[in-house]
Amino acid sequence: MTKELTGNEIKSTLNENYHSLIDSVEADHIVLKNKKEKLLSFFENLKNEKKFNLLSSVTSVDFLSKFVVVYHFTSIEKNESIVIKIPCGESRKEPSVISITSVWRGAELQEREIYDLMGIYFDNHPNMKRLLLWENFDGHPLRKDFVN
Amino acid sequence: MELNKKDFNYPLYSQTSEIDIEEGDVINKMKRENVEEIPVDDLSSNDELKKSAFVTSVDFLLNWARKSSIFPAQFGLACCAFEMIASAASRFDLARFGAERFSASPRQADLMIVAGTVTWKMAPAIRTMYDQMSDPKWVISMGVCATSGGPYYDSYSVVPGVNKIVPVDVYVPGCPPRPDALLYGLMQLHEKIRRYSLKGKSAGNND
Amino acid sequence: MSTELVTMNIGPIHPSTHGVFRMRVTFDGETIIDAEPIIGYLHRGSEKLAEERTYTQIVTLTDRMDYTASMTNNQAYILSVEKLSGIKPAERGVWLRMIAAELQRVAAHSVAIGFLINDLGAWHTPLLYLLREREKILELFEMMCGARITNSYLRPGGVFMDAPDEFWPALNRFLDEMPERLNDIENLLTDNEIIISRTQNVAVLDKDDAINASITGPMLRASGIDWDLRHRNPYDFYDKVSFRRPLGTVGDNNDRYLVRLHEIRESLKIIEQCLDLIEPGPIKPEEVPFLVRPPEGDSYVPIEAPKGELGFYLVSDGGISPFRCHVRAPSLMNLTLLRDMVIGYKIADLFVTFGSVDVNMGEVDR
Repeated sequence: MTKELTGNEIKSTLNENYHSLIDSVEADHIVLKNKKEKLLSFFENLKNEKKFNLLSSVTSVDFLSKFVVVYHFTSIEKNESIVIKIPCGESRKEPSVISITSVWRGAELQEREIYDLMGIYFDNHPNMKRLLLWENFDGHPLRKDFVN
Repeated sequence: MELNKKDFNYPLYSQTSEIDIEEGDVINKMKRENVEEIPVDDLSSNDELKKSAFVTSVDFLLNWARKSSIFPAQFGLACCAFEMIASAASRFDLARFGAERFSASPRQADLMIVAGTVTWKMAPAIRTMYDQMSDPKWVISMGVCATSGGPYYDSYSVVPGVNKIVPVDVYVPGCPPRPDALLYGLMQLHEKIRRYSLKGKSAGNND
Repeated sequence: MSTELVTMNIGPIHPSTHGVFRMRVTFDGETIIDAEPIIGYLHRGSEKLAEERTYTQIVTLTDRMDYTASMTNNQAYILSVEKLSGIKPAERGVWLRMIAAELQRVAAHSVAIGFLINDLGAWHTPLLYLLREREKILELFEMMCGARITNSYLRPGGVFMDAPDEFWPALNRFLDEMPERLNDIENLLTDNEIIISRTQNVAVLDKDDAINASITGPMLRASGIDWDLRHRNPYDFYDKVSFRRPLGTVGDNNDRYLVRLHEIRESLKIIEQCLDLIEPGPIKPEEVPFLVRPPEGDSYVPIEAPKGELGFYLVSDGGISPFRCHVRAPSLMNLTLLRDMVIGYKIADLFVTFGSVDVNMGEVDR
């Protein structure tokens, strides 16, 4: 059975110097602060030392006051899974997060889709183009204020 | 686009932005302009039958030849494509009704079965393929997605019916229609082809 | 004599691209230098539409995503709804779900193998043999729920219709006949010299690259990693049945074809074990309401679909429709490394590789 780690267990597996990134600890996930410089080294540490090598999914949710990017990771060796959330775009102005394509290649197409449908920009992505809709499509459909 | 071999040291996706923007403009223009249904000549009214009071033997021969060997073009888009493949497989055999060869090239096809959901991104390709077929040509719209948008009629990227892009002769409802239903639709198309005549309405004037 | 590189457009309407898939490819003679896949020709906006439909109505949207495997799509969505709302499903409903999912796996793998061999040049013979077997499975589905391919058979808490009396002898007949048919197809294809010389050591996928690119399902098992969600993270009653997982060694096209062929046999064994363990009883618990209203929260339950790991991420705000519904589509993830797998090979290998990845455009574009 894959063990889904609770918030406190996730916090205890992380290194001490990354505890400053943690914004809050919930029952089944942790919420991080959107500090782009430290996040990339945090994700590299998560993959190389803590062995969470399978990125299950990257997705985004539009709560009306902010956007949230949700990551699901799985470790094939230890058979565990964790959930991490990063809020961005306070008051809906230009949301952007660092891209993790250089760490996990599987994030490439998923981040393009989030840019296409939700409008969140990913820095340092190798090919930030629209994926499912055509160029010059007006707007981002999955936002809550999109009018058809 | 041609490149010199020595200069090719960057990936292809970094050079194709202008082509993508041009194609996007074509799609936006189609979405703005194609809002009405394209009319198609209906041969079932009584006046037509009275004008061409009897069908000559030349008409009969031409119509029989056209309807007995109507070759479809491969055009499966979504789930209905699998029912179209099943109707061409060994259980429900489409070849016994004359549709022997599903041709890959539109130049050698008579019939276009639009099977599946039509999106605005796909619309220019459908119109190009319809224009490349040679006269006489017919269109069957298979499934509710191609007829009127289906379960996705209020989506932002779905064409509400393929009759906004090409003129349609026979509509086959169902989600997806059973292969038997597609065979019945094909037989209705045979009925329509039977009514063309050189004096009245001749086949191939659908534009 | 000097030659130049040529960039060409393949698709979206092409007999070998399974569905509407487009590629821009740069060639040097016949060798592929670079490829750019373009998708989105079947994007219907299911995720946005799911925010306007009730939880039971979304079941009809889910089975049009991967249209060759509707039962497993429904299963992934319903498991996520049940975790979110705390509904405990009825036992007989769960056994019927498992039988339907394993039958669907047989049908989906038959289609995948059939079209792959079709692209290799075996002009329609294995495809028609496998489609004949698939017609028998679709008849069984029609007995269970009335529809052949887009079934909408599952509901929160179980299934919506019990299997009639004539279903069980028909299923036993199918289970008796299918292994011999598979032997026929294996005798025809597996040791065939053309298939071996065209698929061995072509488009090799390394283990670590595969995990890094979020590839799951038969593609990952063909590269040698034993990761099957029915075994590692069992859902429904998969911990009560036993089955083996075929693993490949090299990770080329031949391994991906053989893994799917052997998985069909394992699925037939799972169905036989389910038939021994199923008991009569209710198919849905009484207390499930007509309009499901889960409490606030989110859930993600991944399952092993025929193409890979499929999961629905649902966010609920307490109403009758979800606040956000996201689909983790395995076919989209498996397409990540297509460009790296085909660079350096010939144009004829392009379609064989694409067929062995086993993509379904309804799931890639949603």
